[in-house]
Order: sequence, then structure tokens, then C-alpha cells
Amino acid sequence: MKKSMLLVLSAILLFSFALAGCGSKSGESSSSGSAPEESGGKKLKVGMVTDMGSVNDKSFNQSAWEGLQKLKEDFGYEVKFLEPKNDAEVIPSLNQFVKNKYDLTWATAETLDAAVKQIASENPDAKLGIIDAGVEVPNVASVLFKENEGAFLVGVIAGLMTKSNKIGFVGGMEIPVIKRFEAGFREGIKAVNPDASFKPLYTGQFVRVDMGKSAASTLYNEGVDIIFHASGLTGNGVFNEAKERVARGERVWVIGVDKDQSLEFGDEITLTSMIKKVDEAVYQISKDLADGNFPDGKITYMGLKEKGVDVAPTSSKNVPQDILDKVEQYREQIIEGKIQVPTT
Amino acid sequence: MNKLKALFAGESVKISLLSIVLGLLIGAIVMIAGGYNPLLAYQSMLEKIFGNAYDMGEALRAIVPLIFTGLAVAIAFRAGMFNIGVDGQIVMGSLGALMVGNMISMPPIIHAIVAIIAGTLLGGLWGALVGVLKTKRGINEVISCIMLNWTALYLSHMVIKAFMAEEGTSRSQSIQESASIQINWLSGLLDGARIHWGFALAVVALIAYHFYMNRTKWGYEIRAVGNNNHAAKYAGMNVSQVVIRTFFLSGMLGGMVGTFEVLGVFKYMAIASATSGLGFDGIAVALLGMNGALGILLAAALFGSLMYGAQGMSFGANVPGEVIKMVISIIIFFAAAPGMIRWLLNKTKRSKQANREG
Repeated sequence: MKKSMLLVLSAILLFSFALAGCGSKSGESSSSGSAPEESGGKKLKVGMVTDMGSVNDKSFNQSAWEGLQKLKEDFGYEVKFLEPKNDAEVIPSLNQFVKNKYDLTWATAETLDAAVKQIASENPDAKLGIIDAGVEVPNVASVLFKENEGAFLVGVIAGLMTKSNKIGFVGGMEIPVIKRFEAGFREGIKAVNPDASFKPLYTGQFVRVDMGKSAASTLYNEGVDIIFHASGLTGNGVFNEAKERVARGERVWVIGVDKDQSLEFGDEITLTSMIKKVDEAVYQISKDLADGNFPDGKITYMGLKEKGVDVAPTSSKNVPQDILDKVEQYREQIIEGKIQVPTT
Repeated sequence: MNKLKALFAGESVKISLLSIVLGLLIGAIVMIAGGYNPLLAYQSMLEKIFGNAYDMGEALRAIVPLIFTGLAVAIAFRAGMFNIGVDGQIVMGSLGALMVGNMISMPPIIHAIVAIIAGTLLGGLWGALVGVLKTKRGINEVISCIMLNWTALYLSHMVIKAFMAEEGTSRSQSIQESASIQINWLSGLLDGARIHWGFALAVVALIAYHFYMNRTKWGYEIRAVGNNNHAAKYAGMNVSQVVIRTFFLSGMLGGMVGTFEVLGVFKYMAIASATSGLGFDGIAVALLGMNGALGILLAAALFGSLMYGAQGMSFGANVPGEVIKMVISIIIFFAAAPGMIRWLLNKTKRSKQANREG
């Protein structure tokens, strides 16, 4: 009895010595990454904190992480991400970067705004960036996308392509950013096809594929033939439902979001996608910091004009040229300010 | 002193320690298989937990709710019931504390106390509802718990949107400063870590739990119902009253978690798409702590620091989140499966005996 107790204790001791022994030297050697020696400008350390999502979400967070990786390739920046597992971990995660003297820390979601505001005020020397929220603190660069403008254009496509004259929308949660998608889409449809009926549906979840599938099923059963989704991972369920119906011979479509989702789900079901260039924004603003033009305390708006939102370039596979020409006309009008797209 | 020695030399402690070590070792093997340095990873984890004042304070912040949810699950376990509705009771606790903290104005200290009481009571009533459904209508507590978790979540959305919505965001307005239970001087000392009075109350709750379960008539009733509710009924106990009371207490403990998260940590409540999951972690804490006060304290300390330290593994050793989740789950799996360890220990003992005889 006593012997085995001793055994256990000594095992633990040995183990903890092993832990202490490997020391901080190995830590330094492995964390330096693959920074090339040459190339001008400062080599920055840039961190990123997600909104409890994964950098492999095939959408928003992944896009931001791709922007950072491009910085690593192009300029040898040191980049790293943290994925908080719950709300309470958000602030410690941001602090992990700030207290380790990272040059810039990105927060890639609207829901992180309060945390970013707090950390930025507590650490006036640190620089932070946030996507999808406006945080008006002197050392924070905020990026807001005009999703409503991009959604307007895919709304034009949907309004002109629908056969049943019923168009649906599947949203994640009813938060301002998703509302912008819905509002733009609705107005785009109304502009070209005022008779079409529009049915929005919110699942309340960004990570539930099954709920996306049942929402899509509900809409398609009501006669909707085109669904635009802005619901992250939930949207994968919308694609699954469309795929099954197309296989059964129904002609239904999905409009993808954030990235060109036809590359992921195929052209048979993806009519087009509204892309949101998170990677572009992260890349550009991080680079601005190195060049000394960091937009501190400012909100950078990324609309059609700034090429922050757009219609996927592969749209011509399914959308006839005359409709795409119409889209271009509306794009011009929005950029020139002749059309103001509402946000709610 | 001898008593203390006996406590730490007991077989159950040995089994728990061995299972943790085994979990760490197998976690290390998984990391090696994935091409990551497990020693560096574990070292980064320890650094993240003990590295500086801020991280130590935040690790404590992660441990406190687990103590309460561990107790909440344990008290129901003792009565032979399974409370997986702690998550919902946490939401109701948060909601109660938020409503008092945000909508009513009161002088400091009194405001905080009233908010804590409101949150705790609301969580308790939400828990008691499960007990009532079970005793009066015979609904299995697991089913009603799961349903009530979602009901609580969406109810909180409704109330926040109707009365306390913060324009342009997906969360509620903040509580008034007078309702805050953050200990500012201690937070300042720990470099801004979010330390609150819930810590002190956690210690009180642990002692109260121990005393209540082992030294009072009411605790005895709970244990009697847990051991054999027919016998308890035959002995003249009011079983349904004990069940409802147990769920009320369990819900109160859950409600306190939500209360402290709102008043001490966040100061607001998010319109979240899912519940926090702290209640589910409480199941593992109660299992590993074997429903005892000291065990729950140690188990909560272990899980809380593991979960908090996991971020360090990702930062210091570049271990991806998926692998970290796997390693943590393996450790928890072994920690919560002492039966397997006991079997292994017995087997080695037996083979030793066989060797001696043969």
C-alpha cells in the first residue's frame, strides 16, 4: 500500500522535474517561426483572437487567418491565433498577446467589442484591431464592412433569377451585422422584382448544421427557390438540403456568403456568393501599421467602393450575362451614391 | 495530523492522482503523434497558470464557477438524481442578477447583496421546477432539465431584448457600478485579473455543504433518499419534499454561478447562442471529487487550471485547439474513470502475488 503510494508520488515528482527541466530555451527556439532575414520595413508580431469559432470554419475566421498568413509569407511577420473556448476566456486571450508585447492584436468578431474596448483603455500603448464593430478608442482600428451593399447585388441576381417569385434568407443570430445582410438582400430584390415575396428566417445559431438544414427545408417547402444564407457553419446545412433536392430533380439554389462558397459546395447548387474580404482588410491594416499609417481610433468602412465586399467572380457560370450587366449598373449607382442601401 | 495523513493516503486519493498522471502521459503521446512537443506544451500550460500574478488571478477566476457547479451536481447526485440543468439555472441566476443590477438603483453593497439574492433565488426556483415536475408529474429530471436549459436561454434573450438591450450590439446593458462585486484592490494587485467576492462565498459554500450533508437532519434525508428512496419513505420521510428541496438547493448553487459571472466578471449578459457549459463541467468535477467538499475543491482547481492553461499550450507550443481539446478530454476521461484505474491497480497487485507464490 505504502510502496505504491511512494511510486505514484515519485512518478509525479519526476514528471514535474521533466517539465521544469526542459526550460524556456526550447520555448524561444520554437516560437520564432520562419521569418526570412531580408525584406524592408519592420517585422511585426501580429496576433488574432477568434469569437469562439475555429480558424478552420471555411468562412469568416479562416479568412482573417489567411490574411495573417499572407503577411507571414510576404514580410516574415510573426503571426499567431488563439481560440477562446468560452466568453470568460476572451479577455485573458487578448491579454496574452498584449502583455507579450505583440505589435497588433486582432479581434475577429462583433461580440468581442466590449473586451477590446476594455483592454485598449487599460493598455494605451498597445495597438488593437477589430472586425465588424466600431470601437472608438484611440489605439483601436475598427473595420466595418458594408455587407448591405454586397447583399444588394446578390439580391438583384436573386430577384431576376427566381422562377417561383419566392426568395428566402437564413440568418444566424439577429445581430446588427446579420441584419445588414438581410436588409441589403431584401432591397436588392425589391429594386428589380417588387412582386417577389421575401421570407427571412433566423436559426439563432452559427454552428448548428442541422438547424440550417431544417430552416432551408421549411423555406423550400413553402415554394422558395433561392436562399441566401448569412449564418456561418449553420449555412452548411442549407447547402446540404439544396444538394438533396437538386439530386431529386428540384431546381433550387443557394447563395453563399463570406467566401466564394461554390468552390466548397459546387456550381450545381451555388448560384453565386457574396464575398467579404476579411483577409484583405486584416492584411492591409496590419501593413499600414508597419508603414506608420495605422488608422488609430478610426473606423475603416469597406464597401463596394473599397472592394471590401463583392459578388464572387465565378458567378458567370450560373448567372446569364445580361443579369450580370444589370448587377454592374447597380454597382455603379451604389458607388456613386445614387442608391443608399439601408442597414436594417 | 493523523487524520490528515489518513485523508491523503486513502485509496481514493491515490486513484485520483494516478488517473491524472495517466491522463497527462497519454495526452503527451497524442501530442507526440501529432508532431508537437508535449514537454514544451505542458510547461507552457504551467507557465500560463502560475507564470504571473495576472494569470494566477484569472486561473482562480476560472476555478470558482466550477466549485459551485460541482457542488450543484453533487448535491443532486447524493439524492440519487442527475441535475444536468445547472446550465439553465446559471442563465436564470445571471438574468436575476442582471435585472436587479441594471434596472433598480440602490446604494452600493446593498445593491450587490440584493442582486446576489435575486439571482440565487431565481436559479433555485428554476431548479425546484424540475423537482416539482418530477414528483408531481413523474417527468424524468434529465428530460425536463435539458428542455429547461433551452427555455432559460431563450427566455433570457427575450427579457434582455425587451428591457435591457444595448443598441447595436448582441448583449445587454451593463450593471450599475453599485452592484459590482469585483474586489478592486485585489484586482489591482493582480494586474487587473477579475477577482470578485464569489471566491469568499465559494469557500463558505464548500464548508456549508460539508456541514449540511453530514451534520444535519436535512442532509441525512437527502442521503437516505439517495441510498434507497423506498426505505426513506418507509422510515417516514417526505420523499417528494426532499426531492424538491434538493433541486432548489442545487439550482441555488447554479444560480450563484450566473450571479457572480454577471456581477463580478462580465458586468453584462451576452445574447449567446448556447449556454455556458459550466454546468456540464460540474458533472466531471462532482464525479472526480466523489461528491465530497474537499474532493470538489481539488477537482475544480484541477479542471479550472487545465482549462485556463490550455490557452498557454496554444500560445507557447503552437498546439492547435483541436489537439488541446483532445488532450484535456483524455485527462478528464481518466480522472473521471477511477474504476478503470482501480482495476489496473488490483491487477498489478494480483500479478505480484502470483509471482511471489509461483
